[in-house]
Amino acid sequence: MKTKNTYKNILLLLAVIALTVFPLVYVSGAEFGGADGQAEAVIANINPGYQPWFSSIWSPPSGEIESLLFALQGALGAGVICYYLGYKKGKKKAEKD
Amino acid sequence: MNNNIKKTTVYLFTYLLLASMLAPDTAYAMHIMEGFLPLKWSVLWYLLTLPFFAMGLVSINKTVGMNPKLKMLLAFAGAFAFALSALKLPSVTGSCSHPTGVGLGTILFGPVVMTVLGSIVLLFQALLLAHGGLTTLGANAFSMAVAGPLVTWCVYKFSRRAGAPLWLAVFLAAALGDLMTYVITSLQLALAHPDAVGGVMASFSKFTAIFALTQIPLAVSEGLLTVLVFNLLYTYSQDELVELAIIPGEGALVK
Repeated sequence: MKTKNTYKNILLLLAVIALTVFPLVYVSGAEFGGADGQAEAVIANINPGYQPWFSSIWSPPSGEIESLLFALQGALGAGVICYYLGYKKGKKKAEKD
Repeated sequence: MNNNIKKTTVYLFTYLLLASMLAPDTAYAMHIMEGFLPLKWSVLWYLLTLPFFAMGLVSINKTVGMNPKLKMLLAFAGAFAFALSALKLPSVTGSCSHPTGVGLGTILFGPVVMTVLGSIVLLFQALLLAHGGLTTLGANAFSMAVAGPLVTWCVYKFSRRAGAPLWLAVFLAAALGDLMTYVITSLQLALAHPDAVGGVMASFSKFTAIFALTQIPLAVSEGLLTVLVFNLLYTYSQDELVELAIIPGEGALVK
């Protein structure tokens, strides 16, 4: 049962990886910029007179700092997730023994 | 022992809070950019989001009050949303976006709980990371933390009632909720910036082409990842799932 589940999970992960890699191959040469940057351009197009009336209070000073914070976000999220699963796994085992 | 769990929970929450403060949502997130909604729309979306936020606070208090053990799972659901929204993924349209991660918590705790968790993430991102914004927070919270979770919740309940297996219900709910977030974002932008010729509908199709189309493969990814995590919870955290009435008390394997 358990191995069957592991098997399924590996398949699920492979599917996600395939979905992620596919666009890189399929539309290679694309910029892979952000969807919201494009939206900004569309707003400028539809509503040429529009001026954003408020701007961000603080923004990360560089792309490097941004990716630092960004990696941290993923790491911390994953940390809590794995902590919980590890905790529950250990607890389950302890109860069994 | 109980005390220990409490302590751990407090640490976890602090950890999560810090995580959210440091969390940059991607420069290229789906959130509506600061200042890009006119004042009247900003206010309207704030007003629409507020009641859900209030209900969420009540709901969290109730859930945690009845069963303090579930706090850790709540932190887990929050962490899942953080981790997933950190994943900028490429899409077939040649641009990037990211999943929302609120589907898991919605299925576990109900939609309004995720209104609170999602809004907190958005607030910190707006304040510290220049993603989304304070003036657009109401609108962004509405799409990601109200509309998305509501769709997830309805799809989940409906699929289960229609006899779909748990994994399928989870997949559909998470994927469609994710997609709906971006459809709402497109609608919000279209309402605020109607096309001079075609009006709101023409605008809506332009924004949908950017946001929703990009999101389709990512929504599938989010669905698959949510099923994956659900499998893990099913294996290691069955008691909590039983308590939340996700699965029946005894045995009956659903996946």
